[in-house]
Parts: sequence; C-alpha cells; structure tokens
Amino acid sequence: MDLLRFATAGSVDDGKSTLIGRLLYDSKSIFEDQLEAVERTSRDRGEETTNLALLTDGLRAEREQGITIDVAYRYFATPRRKFIIADTPGHIQYTRNMVTGASTADLAVVLVDARNGLTEQSRRHAFLTTLLRVPHLVLAVNKMDLVGYDQAVFDQIRDEFSKFATKLEVQDLTFIPISALHGDNVVERSANMPWYDGPSLLHHLEHLHIASDRNLIDVRFPVQYVIRPHAADNPELHDYRGYAGQVAGGVLKPGDEVLHLPSGFTTTINAIEAAGQSVAEAFPPMSVTLLLADDVDISRGDLICRPNNRPAGAQDIEGMVVWMTADRPLAPRSRLIVKHTTRTVKGIVTDLHYRIDVNTLHRDETATSLGLNEIGRIRLRLTQPIFADPYTRSRLTGGMILIDEATHTTVGAVMITDAR
Amino acid sequence: MPTDYLLSQLDVLEAESIHVIREVAAEFERPALLFSGGKDSIVMLALAEKAFRPANIPFPVMHVDTGHNFPEVLEFRDRRVAELGVRLEVASVQASIDAGRAVEETGRWTSRNRLQTVTLLDAIEDNRFDALFGGARRDEEKARAKERVFSFRDEFGQWDPKNQRPELWNLYNTRIRRGEHIRVFPLSNWTELDIWAYIEREGLEIPSIYYAHEREVFERDGILLAVSEYLPRAEDEQPFMATVRYRTVGDMTITGAVVSTAATVAEVIAEVAATRITERGQTRADDRTSEAAMEDRKREGYF
Repeated sequence: MDLLRFATAGSVDDGKSTLIGRLLYDSKSIFEDQLEAVERTSRDRGEETTNLALLTDGLRAEREQGITIDVAYRYFATPRRKFIIADTPGHIQYTRNMVTGASTADLAVVLVDARNGLTEQSRRHAFLTTLLRVPHLVLAVNKMDLVGYDQAVFDQIRDEFSKFATKLEVQDLTFIPISALHGDNVVERSANMPWYDGPSLLHHLEHLHIASDRNLIDVRFPVQYVIRPHAADNPELHDYRGYAGQVAGGVLKPGDEVLHLPSGFTTTINAIEAAGQSVAEAFPPMSVTLLLADDVDISRGDLICRPNNRPAGAQDIEGMVVWMTADRPLAPRSRLIVKHTTRTVKGIVTDLHYRIDVNTLHRDETATSLGLNEIGRIRLRLTQPIFADPYTRSRLTGGMILIDEATHTTVGAVMITDAR
Repeated sequence: MPTDYLLSQLDVLEAESIHVIREVAAEFERPALLFSGGKDSIVMLALAEKAFRPANIPFPVMHVDTGHNFPEVLEFRDRRVAELGVRLEVASVQASIDAGRAVEETGRWTSRNRLQTVTLLDAIEDNRFDALFGGARRDEEKARAKERVFSFRDEFGQWDPKNQRPELWNLYNTRIRRGEHIRVFPLSNWTELDIWAYIEREGLEIPSIYYAHEREVFERDGILLAVSEYLPRAEDEQPFMATVRYRTVGDMTITGAVVSTAATVAEVIAEVAATRITERGQTRADDRTSEAAMEDRKREGYF
C-alpha cells in the first residue's frame, strides 16, 4: 500500500471541515469517542448541528475563534492507499502555515463554495499551491446541493478558474462538483449530477498516479551524516566509512560512477546499505548509506551526483520567497541564515525585484520590502556555494529556508528559479 | 527487486523517520531519546538503531520514571538498553518529590502524570540536553495533530502552539539559544496501525502486557485500572480478575487495560483495525480532565 499526502485549502465556510469529516467518517477513521466529544462540545456551545471543524481545529484558540490557525494532520486509509491530510488554514494571516502544509503535499484540494464562485481566497490558494509546486490540484466545487446541482454553475466556475489557471504553472488540474454535506461525489458518484462523468473525489485520490512525481532522473544525494563506527573489537569495521542521507533525486546503484561536490572528485559506489542491509538500488525518498570505493574527504552538506549531471555550485540565487515573520521586513541587505538540503550557509539579500499580489498576481516592481506573508522575487548572495537545482526540477534540491540570525525562527521559504 | 520504484507506506515512514533522527544527530550537541518502554518508543529506538548501523546510537536514552511503572516494562527497558549498549538516564519523579521540587497529589485521583513535567524539565537542564526525541504521534490526540516534527521549547520548556516555526519540505530548523531545546517527533506521521504493522514486519519484541493476560483490575469511569499499591480505591471499586491487554503503556495509575484475548501481533492488529475507539480515549484517564488537557500540559512542557 502506498502513501498519498494531500493538503486541503479553503475556509470553514467553504465546507472544508465537512469534507474532511466526511472522508474520515466514510472511511471509518473517526472513532466513536472523537465523534462523541465533538457532538458534546457542539451541544455545549449551543450549536444546532455537529460542528465537524472541531475534529481538526484542535487548539484552544482555534475552537474559541472558530478558525483554523495552523495545519492539522489527519490520517485515514482505504484498502488501496494510506492518506495524510494536511488541513491548512485559509486566512491570509496564516499563509505561512498553509505553505508548511502544502510543501510536502502530492495533491491539493482547493474548495470553492458553488454559491459564491471563485473568490479572492480561492485564487490565492491556487496560486500558493502552484508556487509550492504541489503536483496535482483539485478544484472541488462544493455545496452543489444549494445551487440545485446545476451544471451551468459548475461550468461557469470551471471556465473562470481555467482562465485564471493559464497564469499559473498548474501541472495537473481536476474539477469535481461535490456536496460534502450530503456526500455527493465525495466517496460515491452522485446520482444528483448525471451530467458529471468524472470520478468521485475519493476515487480520484485513490487512483491518482503519483510515482512519477518524484525526480528519478537527476541523481542528488545530499550527505547528511558520516557513519564511522568506533568499534575497537571489530577489525572489519575499522575502516568503515558510510555516507548517510536521504536520496533527493535519481536512482543510485552499486557500481555507479559518482561525482562528489564541492571537490569534483569521481569515485564508484561500492555498496548501498539501508539499515545495515545491502540493497540493489536507492531512490527517493529512501534513507540509505553509501559506501564508496575511494577515500575522498566527504562531510555533511556535500553532494553526491553523477559526473555528467551536476548542479551548479551557486552563490547567487534567484528565487521566489515567502516571507513569514512580522518581526522585521525582508529588504535588500537583510542578512540571513540559509538552509538548503543538509548545507547551512549565510546569505544577504542583494535585490528585491518585485512583490506579487497573491490575490491578483499583479507584480509591484516599486516594492522596497516584504512584510509577513508577502511573496516576491529576490536575489541572494551566499557566503559559500550550494548545489541547487531550479525548484521546478526538484522540490528537495530547489527549496531552501531562511532563518533569522538573532531570533533563530524560520522567517522565509525560497523556491529557487535560477542558481549560478 | 523494485523495478517501478514504489515504496510501501511503511518504507516511506521509515525513511522519513531515519532522516529526522540523523538530522538531530548531525545538528545538535546533546540529544537524548525519551524511552518509556511503550510500543512507540520501542519503534523509535529501533529506527534510531537502523539510522546509525553499524555504529552505535550516538546519544543516550532517558526514561522519566514515575515510580508507578509496570514491572514488566522496567524489566524490558533494562534488557533492551543493555542489548543496544546505549547509556540509560533515569529521571525519577520520586527524587523530584523527595527534593521538594514536586508535590505528590493526594486523594482518589492521585497521579504523577503532571509531576513528570517537573522531573523532565529538571533532567533536561541538568544534562544540558538540547534535543529530545519523543515517540508522540499526530493521530493520537488533537493538540498533537498540530505539532511540528521539530517543536521548539523556550527556556521554561513551554510550547507555544500559536507561534510555531514554519516547517517546509524536509528542512528542519535546529537553531536554538542556550537553555532552549527542541522536542523532535520522528513518528509524527505514523498511526497506531502503522506502529503495529512495523512491529510485526520487523519482529520487534514488546513488553508482555501488550498481549492478553490475566490481571486483577477494577473499573473507574469505564476504564479498567490495574489493582496496585499506588492507587487508592473507593469502597465500591471492587477488584476482579479479567483477561486484558494494554493498548498503551504509561503510568499504572492512569493507564487502562482493555478486555482482549489477542495473544499475538497479528491478533492485536486485527483488534486495532476493528476498534471504534481511539487508544487514548479507551485507556488514558489523563486526557479526560478537560477538552484541552493535552494542549495545556504540552504548553507546560509535557511530552
């Protein structure tokens, strides 16, 4: 059984909680005591119906305010697949938390209320999921029951969104008309919308092909940790030197010639171990240990790739940044700690090209700084080179986080467009 | 041999956890792994072993000992630690009480659950630990469902759920100042069933109380508690013998047993797959004090 991670975006008003509640309920993943607790709390608060948002809004502040502040992770499985839902907040002030949830998602479900059509918020959610390059996007047009299951309403929203999507780099887009409340097209195909001939949402989630979303072409192995057993009593381990890490791209096999960066030396893979056992190949997202033929000086933060396919060692980075703190703005000359794969360096912002309006996609080239949750294109100069790919090619070697030198909080996320 | 480059969900979870564990070993100076002898920490310890093989686990294991443990679990803990050759730190709640750092609760509801936080935070300070692995899973409880894999704690050990560090891709921010620490949860994305499936696949040994056995118990608020010297009973709480097993393992005074005849891993998996009640809901008295009981304890520095 494989694993699919998906993020849901939308507000409580769009029926997001109802949708998650239904997926969990219909897959028997809500337990009786959880449901009782939610029913009891709903009753205590004088709400007429069971408030399914309470299933994922787990924090005291969220329950008090009736909004989602941070990502909640929920789990369910069908006989075909295991699913991890990242239930992300819809409000603009929690964009950084939505970005957290979307960064690891294979698919995003953006919910739209059929009565309201596309809103500023749904456009923003779609933009953020494509900015983070979530490979698959589902626009779920919800509350179809409240518009009489009218095909014209659905078609209009679909056409309007399709037009908007041409401005985004959407890789795979699916439209599904649903009623989360009544279950139409959520688990089962709905008899109320015979004009819709696509799959139900769950069917789509279960059958979506995601194996090819990984980069299996560019060999990228960021060295995370060097394993050197200090076993005086075992001479066989005396010279053991294993390079441990998680494969970020490509397929590695014993016998492959590999290139080490930054040294530029080439060597051969003698063996690949996973948990102490030899394996015949390694590919994303496996965590393995490489044993190499030659004694090369390799440490954490280095990269192992193939001689004919190497990323540039780059100190000048162009990228889209999401700024995630209200403590201070991002502006030219901001100094930051940069973490990229297993390598941590320092950087300075040399240029802010523009700020993008997340609602209209308008580029403001007069912007001089970015505030909390603002997105723009920047240029960064690094103290040492990193071995990076464009984010469009690899989410793992094309993404980096920015850390404040003073407060140590994570203040930015960068999707690299160009590294040289 | 995989030719389609597909991994099962257990393989993906294992790879993710090992990545997290290695990241901590690489970036922190003084990490430690919290080990209770329960199934989740057993899986976590097994993953730590795999992460560094053939080398030894490069950090110690710490047990916060309430003094109210199941003897079977203590026996298992000592044996497992000896097999792995790791250093065991025991932080004792009794010692905190004796030193006047914590005050024992009294009455029928007495439990050392909350006192553990004092002992834990003192031990972190005494040992200058900068990262602590915990076996908590997000599917356990609604506050935990919200927590990051690398969860920042300030100098008072507090969690601030409204101001968590963003956490993107597999990039973890490990920066802290002196006195602060990070709680790291490598099993965040594992479910109870994943844990059992992994125990079965890897043939991991777990304490005997996870399997059906005869035990003297009494019922309180629908929870079957073990008869022990640590827990005073009311007159109407009559002990009786039952065939039970434990679905979770914690302090004897708050961990309930479930009626079960499951005697093997496969039987436990079948039982867990069919159950309609969460493990904490069925077996933990400590979560019942209020709706936000876990969030409140976590804010104070609890596991």
